[in-house]
Amino acid sequence: MKILVVEDEKELLKNIVDSLTKEHFVIESAVDFRSASDKIGLYDYDCILLDIMLPGGNGLELLEQLKQSGKADNVIIISAKDSLDDKLKGLELGADDYLTKPFHIAELNARVKAVLRRNKQDGKNTIELGNAVLDLQDRLFLVNGEPVPLNRKEFDILNYFLFNKNRLVTKTALAEHVWGDNIDQADNFDFIYYQIKNLRKKLTDSNSELEIEAVYGIGYKLVEK
Amino acid sequence: MKLLNQSIKYFSISLLIIISLWAVVFYFNMLSEIKSSVDEGLENYKRQIVYRAENDSTLLQQHTFEEGFFTIHEILQEKAMRFKDRYIDTMMYMQDADDEEPELEPVRMLTTAFEHEEKYYELSIINSMVEEDDLVKEMLWETIFLYVFLVVGIILLNNIVLRRLWKPFYDFLSQLKSYRLGNSKQLPRVETTTKEFNDLQQAVTTLLLHSIESYEHQKQFIGNASHELQTPLAIATNKLELLIEQGNLKEQDAGSISEVLEIIQRLVRLNKSLLLLTKIENKQFLDNQLISINEIAKQSCEDLEEMASFKQVTLSIVERAELKVEMDTSLAAIIVSNLLRNAVFHNHDHGSVEVVVSEQSIRIINTGHPFPLDAEKVFTRFYKSELEQGGSGLGLAIVKAICSMYGYSVVYAFEEQKHCFEIQFRS
Repeated sequence: MKILVVEDEKELLKNIVDSLTKEHFVIESAVDFRSASDKIGLYDYDCILLDIMLPGGNGLELLEQLKQSGKADNVIIISAKDSLDDKLKGLELGADDYLTKPFHIAELNARVKAVLRRNKQDGKNTIELGNAVLDLQDRLFLVNGEPVPLNRKEFDILNYFLFNKNRLVTKTALAEHVWGDNIDQADNFDFIYYQIKNLRKKLTDSNSELEIEAVYGIGYKLVEK
Repeated sequence: MKLLNQSIKYFSISLLIIISLWAVVFYFNMLSEIKSSVDEGLENYKRQIVYRAENDSTLLQQHTFEEGFFTIHEILQEKAMRFKDRYIDTMMYMQDADDEEPELEPVRMLTTAFEHEEKYYELSIINSMVEEDDLVKEMLWETIFLYVFLVVGIILLNNIVLRRLWKPFYDFLSQLKSYRLGNSKQLPRVETTTKEFNDLQQAVTTLLLHSIESYEHQKQFIGNASHELQTPLAIATNKLELLIEQGNLKEQDAGSISEVLEIIQRLVRLNKSLLLLTKIENKQFLDNQLISINEIAKQSCEDLEEMASFKQVTLSIVERAELKVEMDTSLAAIIVSNLLRNAVFHNHDHGSVEVVVSEQSIRIINTGHPFPLDAEKVFTRFYKSELEQGGSGLGLAIVKAICSMYGYSVVYAFEEQKHCFEIQFRS
């Protein structure tokens, strides 16, 4: 899997590259409009992370360039501007997703995985890990072929964890992903703890080989036993 | 008061003064004119009487006014020498056509002297004068009539002329009223030949162009500020997340990192809220469409369902009517979900939240702290009650800003030990 990261902020670029490297992707990067344009012209990528404000030009122009060659559908726009205009324009130009800065590493990871999954040719829409299978299409969770009933949010949480297998998912990232942003109340964390507890119980009871580990009290990590 | 009525007010007051003064001056002028004309007549009579007396000496025997309009008395020569013609106003019993019996009437009397056959005579001639009280009365009525006539005339003229003259102004004003910075594409414009209106139009256009420029700058600034702040926040968050992920941390260090991460998250939310607030106040959202508040309330309730059941708060929605309003969907969702979220979070165990959607309003009623909040301050930025911890203090300020932009009212009340927030969509 080859990914191009177009981001002019070097530190942020480094973070993204570091994180994606852990997922064993092949990463290339561009820090300005010209080099990005050159790379897009020369190579094909499975996913492109594209910043809109770039030195030397607008990211949306790159998107246009991609659209003309029919390669816009695997682009995730990364922008500091939470502007509806840009979002609409980006999605209109064929971008797959729009991620507003600042974002959590886990969120970026999940979005990249989702794009790669959507554009995969085999048509299978399941995530498999150990003896567990998560069917994204029919929203089913199977352990050893047996369905395990999950409620809507539990399914979303597990999905998020599976996209971030072996990676840290902070409580804030989880809350924002599953319950929307702006949940800034302190007792929110108790609620997440409660949800995770329920999910863990279901994972254990169904003898799955998945385990949700706590990470320093700041978040969780899904691992294979 | 409208300009039209203002001008009528000033016109009628000044006309009243002018006409009153004019009436007084006119009265005296007329009176003196009448007198001088009567005096000329008397002078003429005098000449005739003196002339006739030369032929008809019986005239000299007329000593009283009983028989005519003059009297003649003989006087001494010295007196006659010193005599000067005198015109005086006096009163005398007379009977006019409109009188039933003789009355005292004002008369004008000329007293003069003449010589006839070495003898000297004093001649008094009278002529009836206008009755001053009649004249005054007549004048008063005439003046009042003139005044009313003029005022009515001015009102009519004003209505026609001013309305026509000011039409470009009112057209311009109505265009200006509906003008929205950053939203209206066309500048207010009217065709007129009136210099003042053209000047006004030019001044307003200059001002608007300036405002548009600052507005664009501000929008740009907000965009840039957001970019500048969001990127460092993203870097900090991601760096710390990656650091924790690396592992090999002491429990204590991880704790500190997690605290810093939480502080950064607070900063992120604060920044987002402030940007949202600025955007609302700059009216940068106006993608209005007809939306159902019922749907939005149901969606918000659904989103908070698990949280509410975790907090053991019952969440119920009562739909008395279908409430449809013309507004931006995302903003509608923000106001409803902000209020609802507060209602759930600032609640106690086994408490309740009730959402009532009626024809004109949405009410969110919740149990919570057993005493009222400060209804005045609750919507101000960064207001936090003593009990509230961790919130940004901007949630309700955002609700208020959205409501004011659309002209909705949002009020807080404490009724029957419950907190109640109500948004009135129609006044």
